[in-house]
Amino acid sequence: MVPDPAFFVIMVAKIVVVFGLMLLSVAYLTWLERKVIGDIQVRLGPMRVGPHGLLQPIADAIKLMFKEDIVPQAADRWIYLLAPTLALTPALISFAVIPFGDRIRLFGRTIDLVITDVNIGLLYVFAVASLGIYGIVLGGWASNNKYALLGGLRSAAQMISYELSLGLSVVGVVMLSQSLSLVQIVNAQSMAWFIVLQPIGFLIFLICAIAETNRAPFDLPEAETELVAGFHVEYSSMKFAMYFMAEYANMITVAAMATTLFLGGWRGPFLPPVVWFLVKLFLLIFLFIWIRATLPRFRYDQLMRFGWKVLLPVALANVMITAAFVAMR
Amino acid sequence: MEWLVFAPLAAVALATAVSVIVLRNPIYCALSLVGTFFALSGLYLLLQAEFIAVVQVIIYAGAIMVLFLFVIMLLDVGHEPPAWLRRDRPKLVLGMVLISLLLLELAVAIGSRVSQGIQGPYTSELVNAIGNTQLVGRLLFTDFLIPFEITSIILLVAIVGAMVLAKR
Repeated sequence: MVPDPAFFVIMVAKIVVVFGLMLLSVAYLTWLERKVIGDIQVRLGPMRVGPHGLLQPIADAIKLMFKEDIVPQAADRWIYLLAPTLALTPALISFAVIPFGDRIRLFGRTIDLVITDVNIGLLYVFAVASLGIYGIVLGGWASNNKYALLGGLRSAAQMISYELSLGLSVVGVVMLSQSLSLVQIVNAQSMAWFIVLQPIGFLIFLICAIAETNRAPFDLPEAETELVAGFHVEYSSMKFAMYFMAEYANMITVAAMATTLFLGGWRGPFLPPVVWFLVKLFLLIFLFIWIRATLPRFRYDQLMRFGWKVLLPVALANVMITAAFVAMR
Repeated sequence: MEWLVFAPLAAVALATAVSVIVLRNPIYCALSLVGTFFALSGLYLLLQAEFIAVVQVIIYAGAIMVLFLFVIMLLDVGHEPPAWLRRDRPKLVLGMVLISLLLLELAVAIGSRVSQGIQGPYTSELVNAIGNTQLVGRLLFTDFLIPFEITSIILLVAIVGAMVLAKR
């Protein structure tokens, strides 16, 4: 079997474009977040570097690269170096199965606007997302610092608790679309977006997604006021930046998943599919930032009680009701 | 072609499995086990069992091993050298006997070609036509319904038991 060379060219082009845009968006999300939170708190946010602070992410990147890279003497050197990579890699690779547009025809070829459509796409994203915990837990442990360890352990407990409800919240979507392939799930929403049929599922997904990305009001792993900075307190320079990139990349992935599963993916009238996908993505990310600026942080016992005693039963009930409807259809 | 994927995966699976028992630091051991699970997941993919491969990563690497790490970190388990370095003779002898039995068993199994198994009705073409996950689900809820339900009850009992013990 001789592989088609054009296939490889298209594949590499898709990967380069998606990853390039992803990394660029990660950089500019930091700017967006600072600007939006600035506006909400009646400040200007970054204004000095470039017009309206537009060059701020580049300045930040240069600063972070030239900062001194410190490895604490008592740290477990290997795992300390490995952990940021373990956090960042899963955050970047889960985008590989998310469809961001309809198939297009270009130079006489049909190109699917998704890096690869696998029949277990949804589970792949969950598998990769569940690995992100390692970066945080190991970073916290390897630093050999009490605050870091506490932050790491908190995040492990939090992410495992909320992963359950996250998984259950999408079971309804899988039952309605009869597939785990994200492309198929988007196709199943040609009549109605799943947010209409699964409003509770969407709500649970959104809450768990915020908890999984460790963002306010679920940012206990890095609660500044009690844990200094949590799991990454000892990290500096680019390794610190990698943790931050992972957080923002996760935010993009989670928003893209919510778009794909509940908001019809790239579907929408008038505008081209890719634009619709980006608009939905942007609105969700804006919502995440808005929530961070609005809500105070949970206490640890509140977080656990809410996850196990509210979200999990509601998600289970949602699955049962959906199953009853699907069976009766 | 298959060998190009199989050989590295098998090598990684073996190397990480050995380091689980050889390394001294329990955290390193746990991480090696994660590596083994990954290599196994790759082998499942090679067998076109995508569902099992991903579930392997979600359940074992993503959940169970994180809890293992959690416990190791909380208990701060000491860096005890493994049995073969401590020259703990009774344990060494017992281990040797057990491993010889296991190797013998393996040799017999390979010799009698039991390992080739029975040709089932589900060829890879058929599995791909129905869909991997769909087929697993269908079989679980029809042919294997009773074992499946019994397993879930056993797990439930284990969870309740753990709760009762923890509350005491």
